[in-house]
Amino acid sequence: MDLDPVFLSRIQFAFVIAFHFLLPALTIGLASYIAVLEGLHFATKQQVYLRISTFWIKIFAVAFGMGVVSGIVLPFQIGANWSRYSDVTANVIAPLMAYEALMAFFLEAGFLGVLLFGRKLVPQWAHFVSALMVAIGTLLSAFWILAANSWMQTPAGFEIIDGRFVPTDWLAVIFNPSFPYRLLHTVTAVYLTTAFTVIGVAAWYLRHGRFVEEAKVMIVMGLILASVLVPAQAVIGDLHGLNTLKHQPQKLAAMEGLWETRAGVPATLFALPDEAAEMNRAEVSIPKLGSLYLTQSWDGVVQGLKDFAPADRPPVAPVFFAFRVMIAMWAVMLALTVWAWWLAWRKRLFATTAFLRAATWAIPAGYVAVIAGWITTEVGRQPYVVYGFLRTADAVTPSLAGSDVLASLLIYIAVYIVVFGAGVYYLVRLVQRGLVERPGEHDVRPDERPARPLSAATGSDG
Amino acid sequence: MTLDLVPIWTVIVGFAVFMYVLLDGFDLGIGILFPFAPDERARDVMMASVAPIWDGNETWLVLGGLALFAAFPLAFAIIIPALYFPILAMVLGLIFRGIAFEFRASARMGSRRWGRAFFGGSLVATFAQGCVLGKFVLGFEVNGRHYAGSSWDWLHPFVLAVGVGLVFGYLLLGSTWLVMKTEGTLQEWARAKARIGLLGVLAFIAMVSLWTPLLDPRIAARWFAWPHLAFLAPVPIATAAIAWWLWSSLRRGADVAPFVAAIGLFAMCYLGLAISLFPYIVPPTITLWDAAAAPQSQAFLLIGTLFLLPIILMYTGWAYWVFRGKVKLEMGYH
Repeated sequence: MDLDPVFLSRIQFAFVIAFHFLLPALTIGLASYIAVLEGLHFATKQQVYLRISTFWIKIFAVAFGMGVVSGIVLPFQIGANWSRYSDVTANVIAPLMAYEALMAFFLEAGFLGVLLFGRKLVPQWAHFVSALMVAIGTLLSAFWILAANSWMQTPAGFEIIDGRFVPTDWLAVIFNPSFPYRLLHTVTAVYLTTAFTVIGVAAWYLRHGRFVEEAKVMIVMGLILASVLVPAQAVIGDLHGLNTLKHQPQKLAAMEGLWETRAGVPATLFALPDEAAEMNRAEVSIPKLGSLYLTQSWDGVVQGLKDFAPADRPPVAPVFFAFRVMIAMWAVMLALTVWAWWLAWRKRLFATTAFLRAATWAIPAGYVAVIAGWITTEVGRQPYVVYGFLRTADAVTPSLAGSDVLASLLIYIAVYIVVFGAGVYYLVRLVQRGLVERPGEHDVRPDERPARPLSAATGSDG
Repeated sequence: MTLDLVPIWTVIVGFAVFMYVLLDGFDLGIGILFPFAPDERARDVMMASVAPIWDGNETWLVLGGLALFAAFPLAFAIIIPALYFPILAMVLGLIFRGIAFEFRASARMGSRRWGRAFFGGSLVATFAQGCVLGKFVLGFEVNGRHYAGSSWDWLHPFVLAVGVGLVFGYLLLGSTWLVMKTEGTLQEWARAKARIGLLGVLAFIAMVSLWTPLLDPRIAARWFAWPHLAFLAPVPIATAAIAWWLWSSLRRGADVAPFVAAIGLFAMCYLGLAISLFPYIVPPTITLWDAAAAPQSQAFLLIGTLFLLPIILMYTGWAYWVFRGKVKLEMGYH
């Protein structure tokens, strides 16, 4: 059997980065949520915010730790499996990633210890500032890594000398055409993921009659955020799509399942794209609607995949289906939000078991949506790693044998099953344990420092 | 852009890597010592002594890696693939070490299992980092702008020996950290372990110092030729003096001096390495200047780095200050 190091390296990178992203999908939003709760507690002195914050800090500690260790894998992946990419793009990409470490990672890590363990050791304002710094760190991290990713999608501000990218205009590199849309779209997505995680957990508590006061506050706060961001995401997503149409037309064509370039293209709800035959099977579509939302005209012309040589097209089916999964998850969030408002208007929000159960079952929706979104945009960029300039096949490390990559991939899979399995198990247990400790247990007296790392997670709530 | 930024980037990358070795060195050393601790309460104290800071310590690895990628990309693109499996082992070791922090206490039943993961992860990560260092000294086979060897060339007795040597090195850092942060029986125990660490480190320093010139005639020529001899000669003398200071401070029962001396020992080894290999960043062929990024890329990152690095050092220092002093045994998990 011929093992292809390029294909295996792609699978390996997709595997480690997808698992990694599940954690920032929660911790970026959670860091902001904790900062808001700490701020509300600081301003209003109401204990309920402190109890909620202390609980989510426990969850944050575990998720953030997993995010850090799974994130360290990634820069080394770039060097180990994609050394040609590293050599060719470093002048542009590497400073963006290094800025992420300098601005974001140190900020998060430096203030994390005080956030987790220092509530009794520093003044309350200093603890609040620490929460704020961690939250700002997560957002700066998103800024820099999405700038780097967006540059790979829509490269700008560079010239090519001796086959290597050399920056000519840093502002153009950072604020490349797709970056503002991707940043807004991604941050909105992870905030929504956090909002529906908080709502779902609170709904579970309500359904079991536990921590009722806190759960209601959590649901209301989550719902306020969702009510703004679910509709906003539709607008942002649409603008992002139009940006893709302009700069990466074959990705957009794959997302929409469009083969022919023509006027008045349909909106395809479902189909089985057949790449060999260059057509869709079992297509269900609404005529002309695609042209309307892509060109603002019923008869607008949209490029199809056949306009591009087969070697320049992305794999159609994964992009097509991942895009629809993402939209479906957004629809789930929209339905829950509308349902919640309807129930709130009828004053039955906290008493409708069916809604509370649905909210808990919908916790995965945000995570599925962000992963599906990343599959859409990353597979849609293929066969390029730097769109239009560097093919993925030319980016891999020349010294790698297929068997090397297969070995490392199998090891990663085995380790991640253990690590993420255990992680989910402990996160669920922390949720089940809930907000209030059984008295006398894990109590950290004010004059003591927590002796155990998870004292922040299992410890008292002041 | 006429200003040559390579020297300053050499200092910055070298500083980040050294900070990582020192800071995560004592975290990893505590992990290596973990199963030998007198009891579970001692283990709780050992973990607690680094719990609030390990994450920040590990961040220096990310900075070191990314600064290398940004400032000397050619070195990054050659060295990392050549060390494919040691790097894999290192990141997986760091994963187990990191999650053991988060999970050990949360799992009342699985506490022992995560203690073992903490030990295993720390040991594997340390050994792998030693292999990285050993292969770095040994050199890399290069063709044009690519690594030309196989993913298994690092398997060499010298490389493996340096791996074991670093295990003793981190054990020394970890145990002297504990001498500083603990008291009573745990501190006594840490002192005993620090002696073992020191003897191990000295043995490996001697072995590597004899083996390296035999392996590599270029380094031999450099060591024993004027004027390098003048730069190099103070290093072994200072190393011996620091080792003596460390040993006697342990006997004296000093709290802080052993840790400071251990740092000094690492600094001397690092300095010796730098003098031996300069100006090569991919020994034996590619110099720092060959591997350097475009001047505008180095300049763009340098502006931010010179501004941010002092700030990072300030708030990192503050975080250490908040958790200063002895970790008390009575605070252990009950």
